[in-house]
Amino acid sequence: LHPGCEFLFPQAPTMFAKCSQNSVSPVVLLVLLGFLLCPPAQASKSSEDIRCKCICPPYRNISGHIYNKNVSQKDCNCLHVVEPMPVPGNDVEAYCLLCECKYEERSTTTIKVIIIIYLSVVGALLLYMAFLVLVDPLIRKPDPYTQPLHNEEESEDTRSLATVPTPAGARANTVLERVEGAQQRWKRQVQEQRKTVFDRHKMLS
Amino acid sequence: MVNAGDMNGSGNLMDFLDEPFPDVGTYEDFHTIDWLREKSRDTDRHRKITSKSKESIWEFIKSLLDAWSGWVVMLLIGLLAGTLAGVIDLAVDWMTDLKEGVCLSAFWYSHEQCCWTSNETTFDDRDKCPQWQKWSELLVSQSEGASAYILNYFLYIMWALCFAFLAVSLVRVFAPYACGSGIPEIKTILSGFIIRGYLGKWTLLIKTVTLVLVVSSGLSLGKEGPLVHVACCCGNFFSSLFSKYSKNEGKRREVLSAAAAAGVSVAFGAPIGGVLFSLEEVSYYFPLKTLWRSFFAALVAAFTLRSINPFGNSRLVLFYVEYHTPWYMAELFPFILLGVFGGLWGTLFIRCNIAWCRRRKTTRLGKYPVLEVIVITAITAIIAYPNPYTRRSTSELISELFNDCGALESSQLCDYINDPNMTRPVDDIPDRPAGPGVYSAMWQLALALVFKIVITIFTFGMKIPSGLFIPSMAVGAMAGRMVGIGVEQLAYHHHDWIIFRNWCRPGADCVTPGLYAMVGAAACLGGVTRMTVSLVVIMFELTGGLEYIVPLMAAAVTSKWVADAFGKEGIYEAHIHLNGYPFLDVKDEFTHRTLATDVMRPRRGEAPLSVLTQDSMTVEDVETLIKETDYNGFPVVVSKDSERLIGFAQRRELILAIKNARQRQDGVVSNSIVYFTEDPPELPPNSPHPLKLRRILNLSPFTVTDHTPMETVVDIFRKLGLRQCLVTHSGRLLGIITKKDVLRHMAQMANQDPESIMFN
Repeated sequence: LHPGCEFLFPQAPTMFAKCSQNSVSPVVLLVLLGFLLCPPAQASKSSEDIRCKCICPPYRNISGHIYNKNVSQKDCNCLHVVEPMPVPGNDVEAYCLLCECKYEERSTTTIKVIIIIYLSVVGALLLYMAFLVLVDPLIRKPDPYTQPLHNEEESEDTRSLATVPTPAGARANTVLERVEGAQQRWKRQVQEQRKTVFDRHKMLS
Repeated sequence: MVNAGDMNGSGNLMDFLDEPFPDVGTYEDFHTIDWLREKSRDTDRHRKITSKSKESIWEFIKSLLDAWSGWVVMLLIGLLAGTLAGVIDLAVDWMTDLKEGVCLSAFWYSHEQCCWTSNETTFDDRDKCPQWQKWSELLVSQSEGASAYILNYFLYIMWALCFAFLAVSLVRVFAPYACGSGIPEIKTILSGFIIRGYLGKWTLLIKTVTLVLVVSSGLSLGKEGPLVHVACCCGNFFSSLFSKYSKNEGKRREVLSAAAAAGVSVAFGAPIGGVLFSLEEVSYYFPLKTLWRSFFAALVAAFTLRSINPFGNSRLVLFYVEYHTPWYMAELFPFILLGVFGGLWGTLFIRCNIAWCRRRKTTRLGKYPVLEVIVITAITAIIAYPNPYTRRSTSELISELFNDCGALESSQLCDYINDPNMTRPVDDIPDRPAGPGVYSAMWQLALALVFKIVITIFTFGMKIPSGLFIPSMAVGAMAGRMVGIGVEQLAYHHHDWIIFRNWCRPGADCVTPGLYAMVGAAACLGGVTRMTVSLVVIMFELTGGLEYIVPLMAAAVTSKWVADAFGKEGIYEAHIHLNGYPFLDVKDEFTHRTLATDVMRPRRGEAPLSVLTQDSMTVEDVETLIKETDYNGFPVVVSKDSERLIGFAQRRELILAIKNARQRQDGVVSNSIVYFTEDPPELPPNSPHPLKLRRILNLSPFTVTDHTPMETVVDIFRKLGLRQCLVTHSGRLLGIITKKDVLRHMAQMANQDPESIMFN
């Protein structure tokens, strides 16, 4: 669980602990994805969502052709779909043996919803990334108290001592300050991960 | 407030009434868990619930909910993993086509979806329709000619670079743990290692989003390994909602094993193969209960993916093929050759990739991850565009290579010379001579094969999500198809040779090149990952052809033998060794004759073991000891003179307990005596209040004698999942062996002759 959760809610085996801004947004997005996909999966099929596709290769002097028709699965065979039949009646069976008919269905609403959700997630991440990289350093004054702490971050003991939750009396922060604190903690975590992976190459080669 | 207490006697009662120390039982980042302790905690919890369930109906219902929570977690994991896989498949489909053109009627349609309802498709141009236009058509209204080609080429490269740059930036800014395949780290996590944040929510989100971007950018990588990571993140997320799994690291790893099975299941559409993959490759301890639950999770995931129906034909994987033409005994020879090729390629790939990754770790190359991704993407896009077999996505390439040529195929690979009077049905076309299209296709495939072999070495391991199943299968499929076409033409033109005479008559359909492609894909995948049973099951679930099990097995076995002759490690174990993760492999055999004294610490000449005494150290002494050393735990002995072992105390718990005591308990100061016994020691009057720490002491640490052979010690570490083991002699504590010492010793021994006797 997000360490911020243990800090803010030490007695929390709650199901959906909305701990911090940064763990809400991915959770909300994931849940949204899950629930938004259930209706499209059962959406009624519009006429452009099913088809029977018959591909017939060249035969004697007739060139190849593709036939599409909007029929149900039991009618998806050469006799129902290939219209007009290019060969006379006694050749129909030989011609139809060569044709291959497939029944296909798709859900256009699913595709539309998924692509649009995906693009909005990417857009939101892009905006947040632009904010973090460009705007955030400008509006935050560098805090003199956080600088010495960076050196001590290497020591595990101070870190482990720092994660012991303070007694309940000191929790007099407003919601905004708590969110700020959680975001700072998340940024520190990501920075630590970045150091491990990109700088020290300790993990993930 | 806790009254620290009655000095005389009611020690056990006060232990239960004490407030539990906070954070006792959780582990530090990059540490190994204690499997035995997790198992005993789970048994305690279960016993408590069972005993309470007899009290009231509500308690009984709670015990039922606890029992079912495992299945609920599996269900949720399957649903989310299937959903995410469906999202990834649909988005990849669309974005891959975005590099070449756009659908004018609705921009969210890929090429195939755009032309779905069109009536203007003809047999020869079955891919073209007016609603979908290439970029050159859209921008300069030209679809043929040199300028159109160059414009399309340029825009293809631009889109690929844009996607790759976006992916690596997102990974770098939001979730650096989302890069790589994920399977080596998940193997290490499942063996008991803690990597905080590796299975977190941000990693899940970024990995899903960037996986789509990198697969669409045309890089030579796959999405199967990252899908396992995504599924394990889902598993971690859902297990944190239930305290049964969130508080117990051992139980959580059972859930993660099942989640890994669900991941492979949606990647390949192979639920059984997924369970076997989790059993064989990923998991460390796999109790039978997990087998059934993994299967359930894999099925739910496969079913969810099927209902999203990303490929429009109710199949789970793009390259599902379904022919049933038989194969012949004489064809085993080319299949075995393909197995040898797969083994050789696997060895080559592992050696080159590890060398390149080691370069990246140690030299200046590793300082420019974003630039590296951009350069590799540019090279891939520039070389891939001219060759039609590398221009399209690798999954489509594999699908085309696996498919048999009927009369309806329009690709160059199926440009056989047809008999115009032929009236055979679609799936029984006899062998035909190759037309010019087939020859040019063979050249292009050969070039594509060389290109893929080279570029995958540099692509796997970059700082973007990258998998390796699809590129390996592509390499194998290309080699297999070429061999298959060769054998087919050989059989057609020389059908009177002895080999072919018995089973291949003219006019019969003897050789199926698509089957050779499948066998080649299985051989290459087996050569790289060294999978055995799970590979065969995945391949036959992919194809639905039970009659092809024998060729697949022959190729897989051959490739494993050939590859094992050159090196024992698969790609994932090689990456684990490269990164130095503390992973004690169950497949390694330890055959050296060293003893526990040779490995234990302290060695001769080192400082003596740092121990705690049972009742003669003060709080200040303990704190000094903790500050001066960085050991994970300290043995507790009776006294410095008689070093008889009492138990073992963990560093983290000592720190927390002392800190807690200083804050909460009255009278505990630096001069207070710390005691680990039941009753406090005899103290002079006016001495400060003693601190009882028996609660955090592990009274049953594992011990071996100094003459225990290391073979046994390694076995104990592997089978029980120990972190450390104490070495005693005649009951006196001599030293300690930790898991890292065992691993270092095994590495050291691997460079030496196994018969040499080590007594130092």
